[in-house]
Amino acid sequence: MAIPASYNLRNLVVRKTTTIMTALGIALTVAVLLSVLALVAGLRTAFESTGDPAQVLVMRKGATAELNSGMTRAVFQDMKFKQGIAVDANRQPLASLEIVTVINLASVDSPAGMNVTLRGLLPVGIQMRHLSILQGRWFQTGHREVVVGKNIAKRYPGAQLGKQLRFGKGLWDVVGVMDGGQSAVNSEIFGDLGQVSSDFDRQDGLSSVLLRATDTATVPALINSLNDDQRLNVDAMTERSYYESQTNSGAPLQFLGIFVSIIMAVGSSFAAMNTMYASVARRSKEIGTLRVLGFSRGSILLSFFLESLLLSLFGGLLGCILVLPLNGITTGIGSFVTFSEIAFNFRVTPQIMIAGVLFALFMGAVGGLFPARMAAKKEILTALREI
Amino acid sequence: MFRYLPLILKSSMRNRRRSALTVASIAVSLCLLSVLMAMYHALFYGGEQTPAQALRLITHSKVGLATAMPYSFLNKIRAVPGVKDAMLWQWFGGSYKDARDQKNFFARFAVEPSRLFNIYPEVEMPADQKRAFEQLRTACIASDTVANKFGWKIGEKIIIVGDIFPVTLEFTLVGIYHSDTAGDALFFNKDYMRESLPATSPMRDIASSFEVQAETPADVPRVQQAIDAMFENSPQPTKTESERAFQLSFVAFLGNLKLFLMAICGAVTFTILLVSANTISMSVRERVREVGVLKTLGFTPAAILGLLIGEAAVIAAIGGLLGMGAAALLCTGVRQAPTGIIALKTLEISPAIAIYTLLIALSIGVVSSLIPASSASRTSILDSLRYSG
Repeated sequence: MAIPASYNLRNLVVRKTTTIMTALGIALTVAVLLSVLALVAGLRTAFESTGDPAQVLVMRKGATAELNSGMTRAVFQDMKFKQGIAVDANRQPLASLEIVTVINLASVDSPAGMNVTLRGLLPVGIQMRHLSILQGRWFQTGHREVVVGKNIAKRYPGAQLGKQLRFGKGLWDVVGVMDGGQSAVNSEIFGDLGQVSSDFDRQDGLSSVLLRATDTATVPALINSLNDDQRLNVDAMTERSYYESQTNSGAPLQFLGIFVSIIMAVGSSFAAMNTMYASVARRSKEIGTLRVLGFSRGSILLSFFLESLLLSLFGGLLGCILVLPLNGITTGIGSFVTFSEIAFNFRVTPQIMIAGVLFALFMGAVGGLFPARMAAKKEILTALREI
Repeated sequence: MFRYLPLILKSSMRNRRRSALTVASIAVSLCLLSVLMAMYHALFYGGEQTPAQALRLITHSKVGLATAMPYSFLNKIRAVPGVKDAMLWQWFGGSYKDARDQKNFFARFAVEPSRLFNIYPEVEMPADQKRAFEQLRTACIASDTVANKFGWKIGEKIIIVGDIFPVTLEFTLVGIYHSDTAGDALFFNKDYMRESLPATSPMRDIASSFEVQAETPADVPRVQQAIDAMFENSPQPTKTESERAFQLSFVAFLGNLKLFLMAICGAVTFTILLVSANTISMSVRERVREVGVLKTLGFTPAAILGLLIGEAAVIAAIGGLLGMGAAALLCTGVRQAPTGIIALKTLEISPAIAIYTLLIALSIGVVSSLIPASSASRTSILDSLRYSG
């Protein structure tokens, strides 16, 4: 017969100082793990929600990023009338020729400057991207004006609405702040294609082309026809897969965080073990009494093991509560693909909270197993005689 | 105080399992703490600089690394007082085999072979290989790490397909170098790249960065200012940084690591404090009666306080020492691992970090035992003798 769990619960409540201290140790370990997982989850959301599955990104053959791709106007003219490209209301193909470079701006986190993606594009490129203007207005063609992503406006003091940025051949007015939902566009600066390319002396040294297929079903055929066209010499891929491949920018931080939390977990397991051993030692008489009442060794083992799990569950939940305030906080990480910073929000999702609680339970299980075995092995007489 | 040392040691061995678990728990956490402190130090302050490193500066466009400067800047930089030598340091990019496979990535730079070995005296390579690199226009050299990774031997033909530069270059590997400071890269002659580009290409005369060598370390700040001042009003203003500062700027790519490391260090320290306080109070609670006996034997409350705090400090110090040993081993491991971040090559537990770790260990021992020890020392003899655990 099993010992009711309320017995363990009451025990934890009676020795509340020890319980809280042990649980808090576990909670902090869980919090470290969860904050890293929340960071990676946020980064993944930013990259995965960028890119329309019906859109195709075209770069020069061999290029892995827009930044080191090259594209000429002649190649663009050749590809924009390919089969399978959608057209707008005026029968114009939805194809956007773009120039991408990085500029260095001082951010709140690194005053020495951080790289930011600058994209020059035509109105069609904006139309293809599901964007809205939060403040101000869009830039005008032929003007030295830029619109910044909402995360840029938040993190770069120099890139606020109404301020001026210096790059290329002079000053640029920041005339608007755009909102791209959760996407990476929030970390970019947009300007007019002609103006940006002439400022960087790259009138015909552009970067990439974004195409909209008529529907998602025609995307593979469009990609194949672009890749097979020897004349164009380009690599095409869906816009979404291009951004998804950048999710590993968070890998170093993820690795560090998981490494740290595993080491901390080892320490916390030892601490839980200590607490449980003390708990077993102090309750010798109780264990003896339970045995006299007819509870088997198995149910004693289970009961103490359960108590350790309960303790760690408490710690795990506490850890989840500790990281909740992180949810929604904006941070930035550099991507070596775009060679610039992407800003995103921490996301404490239910999935990662479950992972945190499981991690805590694992610590509790490791810490509780041996003390529970010791409790179960006690002889009735010696247990009763102990003080 | 030391009179009681044997008694302190004896009582810390009283409950061996508990002491061992506490020591292990503290050791693991302090190991982590000292590695993180070492990492913080290596990433944000850099380790020791070699004399050659202290002389080097990097000049790139103020707008950003992806923006090109005219190659003609180089001669102007060489004329700046305090500059001993300067060369093109051109990121080539491109792809080796299939670029989509991350494993095929390594840095490729176009440089001036004759100057490379002056500016980078730490690039270790046999003299005949150096000569071959200077003489053969299509030659390239690679670091031992890169060469081993792809199994290259001297004489290997290596084809790099350009992306930023629309050329395909075929190199002959003439040398394999070793260097802790120049990074793991492939270097080739910039003239080969230049001549492969069409005669009309504007890319022939662009530069993404220049490597500058100052005469003396004292000249570095002056050279830095002079170069940037010279191009201030040119179409392409420059930013000149010391090599150390330039390398550190890449650390920012890893995200807000500074805050992250500090937050973790804080969490770890607090966790150890909890673990230690918990253990000490458990062991004091078990020994209330014993404390009463000690008092009847004539131990003063102050002596008892000292005994209990001393015991906590001994346990924490042993944990600290073990943790530091483990941390030193871990750092050696990290130094030998191939990491992309040059700064981590200097990761070590310096004497300063070792002292910090021990001080933290001792203070954790003292702080965590303060409350339980003082309440035990203040309990009256009668109460403590009557106490039943």
